Amino acid sequence: MSDPTIQTTGFPWLTAVVFLPLAGAVMLFFVKESLVRWTALVVALADLGLSLPLWLLFDPSTPRMQFTERVSWIASPSINYSIGIDGISLPLLLLTTFLTPLCVLASWKAIEARIREFMATMLIMETAMLGVFVALDLVLFYVFWEAMLIPMYLIIGVWGGPNRLYAAMKFFLYTLVGSVLLLIAILVVFFHGGQTFDMLLLSRVGYSPTVQNWVFWAFFVAFAVKVPMFPFHTWLPDAHVEAPTAGSVFLASVLLKMGAYGFLRFTLPMLPDATETFTPIMVALSLIAILYGAYMALAQADLKKLIAYSSVSHMGFVTLGIFALNAQGIEGAILQMVNHGITTGALFLCVGAIYERTHSRMIADNAGLARPMPRFATVLVIFALSSLGLPGTNSFVGEFLVLVGTFLWSQAAAAIAALGVILAAVYLLWMVQRVAFGLPDGHNTERLRDLNLREMATFVPLVVLVFWIGLFPNPVLTAMHASVNNLIEHVDLEEVSLAVPNP
Amino acid sequence: MTLPLSDLTAVLPELIIVAAACLVLGLDPITPASRKDWLAWLSLVSLAVCAGVTSSQMHLRVSAFSDLVLLDPYACFWKLLLYLASGLTILMSLAYLRTERIHLGEYYGFILLSLCGMMIMVSATDLLTIYLGIELMSLSLYVLAGFKRFEARSLEAAAKYFVLGAFSSGILLYGISLLFGVAGSTRLAAIAAAVGSRGLDDPALVVALILLVVGFGFKIAVVPFHMWTPDVYEGAPTSVTAFMAVASKAASFGAFLRVFLEGLGGLKANWYGLFLVVCVATMVLGNVVAIVQTNIKRMLAYSSIAHAGYALIGVVVAGQTEAEGAVRTLGVSSVMLYLAVYAFMTLGAFAVVAMLRKGGLEGDEIEDFTGLAKRQPLAAFLMLVFMVSLAGIPPTAGFIGKFYLFMAAVKAGLTWLAVVAVLFAAVSAYYYLRVVMVMYMRDPEPVEGPLPRLAMSPAMTIVLASTLAGVILLGLYPNPLVSVTTYAVLSLK
Repeated sequence: MSDPTIQTTGFPWLTAVVFLPLAGAVMLFFVKESLVRWTALVVALADLGLSLPLWLLFDPSTPRMQFTERVSWIASPSINYSIGIDGISLPLLLLTTFLTPLCVLASWKAIEARIREFMATMLIMETAMLGVFVALDLVLFYVFWEAMLIPMYLIIGVWGGPNRLYAAMKFFLYTLVGSVLLLIAILVVFFHGGQTFDMLLLSRVGYSPTVQNWVFWAFFVAFAVKVPMFPFHTWLPDAHVEAPTAGSVFLASVLLKMGAYGFLRFTLPMLPDATETFTPIMVALSLIAILYGAYMALAQADLKKLIAYSSVSHMGFVTLGIFALNAQGIEGAILQMVNHGITTGALFLCVGAIYERTHSRMIADNAGLARPMPRFATVLVIFALSSLGLPGTNSFVGEFLVLVGTFLWSQAAAAIAALGVILAAVYLLWMVQRVAFGLPDGHNTERLRDLNLREMATFVPLVVLVFWIGLFPNPVLTAMHASVNNLIEHVDLEEVSLAVPNP
Repeated sequence: MTLPLSDLTAVLPELIIVAAACLVLGLDPITPASRKDWLAWLSLVSLAVCAGVTSSQMHLRVSAFSDLVLLDPYACFWKLLLYLASGLTILMSLAYLRTERIHLGEYYGFILLSLCGMMIMVSATDLLTIYLGIELMSLSLYVLAGFKRFEARSLEAAAKYFVLGAFSSGILLYGISLLFGVAGSTRLAAIAAAVGSRGLDDPALVVALILLVVGFGFKIAVVPFHMWTPDVYEGAPTSVTAFMAVASKAASFGAFLRVFLEGLGGLKANWYGLFLVVCVATMVLGNVVAIVQTNIKRMLAYSSIAHAGYALIGVVVAGQTEAEGAVRTLGVSSVMLYLAVYAFMTLGAFAVVAMLRKGGLEGDEIEDFTGLAKRQPLAAFLMLVFMVSLAGIPPTAGFIGKFYLFMAAVKAGLTWLAVVAVLFAAVSAYYYLRVVMVMYMRDPEPVEGPLPRLAMSPAMTIVLASTLAGVILLGLYPNPLVSVTTYAVLSLK
């Protein structure tokens, strides 16, 4: 690799995509109260529109960073505003810009108090999240990574449910403790890697085993809290239950991905030896998360908690795929990150729609919704089936690839992980059975309105994606091939000679 | 003996400040009570003139009064920081003093006298001159701490501060006299020459070293010499608290670094371990005790103790014997950077506290911030930014300050110290965010009648705008500050 970066266009495209929401957030304070929602929606849609050309212009044949920009930020030590995307970050970037308008739509009626501040906070969040996925400088990455904490803290704490104070603080402290260690790890890498914060340069340095092991665990804590991996997951159910719908969607669909992204971007390329050493532990933790999350989901009476625990389980598949350390596993993991973002985000939107009507998230209070709300029931069934990985839906492709990858690494691990798929079918179908087709339990759910146009507008794009990725996953997979192969070559692992299956 | 003109130009800013202080005190009796503002503006003009003079002297390196004071970039850096802190304190005081009904002209005179003492501290290269600076600073602060003379708490603060301050000054003086006995001089250069070659062979030197650590420990308020801080910070008028927390701490660190690195640099192998212990103890105790505070000024007092602990990381790095000169220099410059950043965020936080003060009723308890985001969205937002910055979360200046300190620590091979520091920074986020939580996530009690008005004034607006700008801009673009501290750093051998 002579030059790790290529310049596709002269226009600072990525900067525009990243900072447009921030500009929009500032703008919100200057528009009339009645126009706040529309302004936020237009900004979010404009950002989505701005990000689509990235996909069209993206060159999938190269693992190199594209659309790069680089400006000196701090002179001493040399820290650069250095950004770019490759096949690993592109899907996550698009996922973020895609979900934000849906979150704005979902908060249209649900948020009544301080709507201006809420929309502004959401847009600031979007900038921070996008920044994490495009940053190529460690300090820049860290700044975006941490900057996201305060808006999320406010979203949960100000607009959340009854127990929001506890949940917000728990979320904040868990993630902060994780990320401060990341800062020290970044500094250690800086001094051992030739005094640069450039991720690409740092990935080419061979660190001594001691440094690798220490840094691995520091990175691990930071990323594992975010994913969240067992045993660092306990903040997640609290945060999800208390957060407003849009907050839950951001949390599940994008924030959790940042942890997995961290593993792919830092741990694997920078610390290949430590990664290989500790892979069994990582796989074990992933398997525990898959089974434990699924098992806990079975026991939940609260819909949001159920989906929160199912997230723990699904993210276990993601980390499992990553640490299978082969092309199938990692591509499956990335695809599964996108899928989980779509499907779980959609399930949270479903719960939000129910909550707006019945003001309860309990399964028992929301039984038998198929009769009054047929459109809603259809949507719920689609996303539940997608979440449990029914062939033809998006998650099937992802989970299948992860399982193939794991199978190549260890057949026993794959067998255990497959149990998680079965459990997922149990808790999701059981939930659907009760919510959609159960007998109304004395609660008057007969007169509930079905989904209106605005709500359909939030769900339809997600349904389309579920089937599109489920039936034609290649456009997404092609984009990541080169980057993933490069990553694997880089980690210097034997590539397993099995063609990526085309379901 | 005639004074050469060059000696006088070296202390020109000090002379201006003393003249302005005398002028303010002299004009005070003939200024009508409603016009006391003029004295504040007069003080601000003198500060502006001094800032101009000091900036123009930034490149100089002049030793004056037969080596009693040294005008070097290092001194100029601290002086500029002190002007800034004093200026913002004066601006913040205008409305606050009126609310508290203590708007007296001598307030500004004492601020200026105290500032003059601080300026002498940071430019002196002789222990006795430093001592004189410390005394001038402290005596003025004792008066200022008791400025709310109708309030028992304020008087208690003044008395406590005076007793403990006098005690610590005595200890410091004792240390200086012992050092004089060993080195035969109070000049830092002479002391460095005397102790550099011998190490700790003399018991008197051991005692002197310990006494100096204790004396300076009191002034920068580090554990275990921090006891006076919470009571004094709580009782003193808020603007004075801000001044003490920022300016007096900065000046003390300025003198402290010079004494220990230039005068006692030869003994760094001996004081390094001492400061390492103090540093960790300060970070732990400051942050842990701050959690349980219910009074915002006490909380900020403990937080200021904790921040002194972070700053000590830089001192420890500078005293690390195995590290090379460049690393140790980075330690010193990161202390300077940190205190500059700390000045902005702490002054801002205290300014918001002062602004909420309404005639002895409100503004001191954290509970008083309940629902502030609904009542005063702008004030709440400002407090949010300052709290986030104090917690060290990007993209604020507080993060940049911590980043350089931690970088220095990791570079010097003290990674474990950086880990301790970040973990306690995470602890600190808890109590800083509690203020945010109270402001944003609790509903205000329904109040009868019109909402109480803030102690707001155009001057306060300037304070808040400039501290906010400092916290945000230095967080986004710290280059100018970094280059100034790198330029002005002490040259270490």
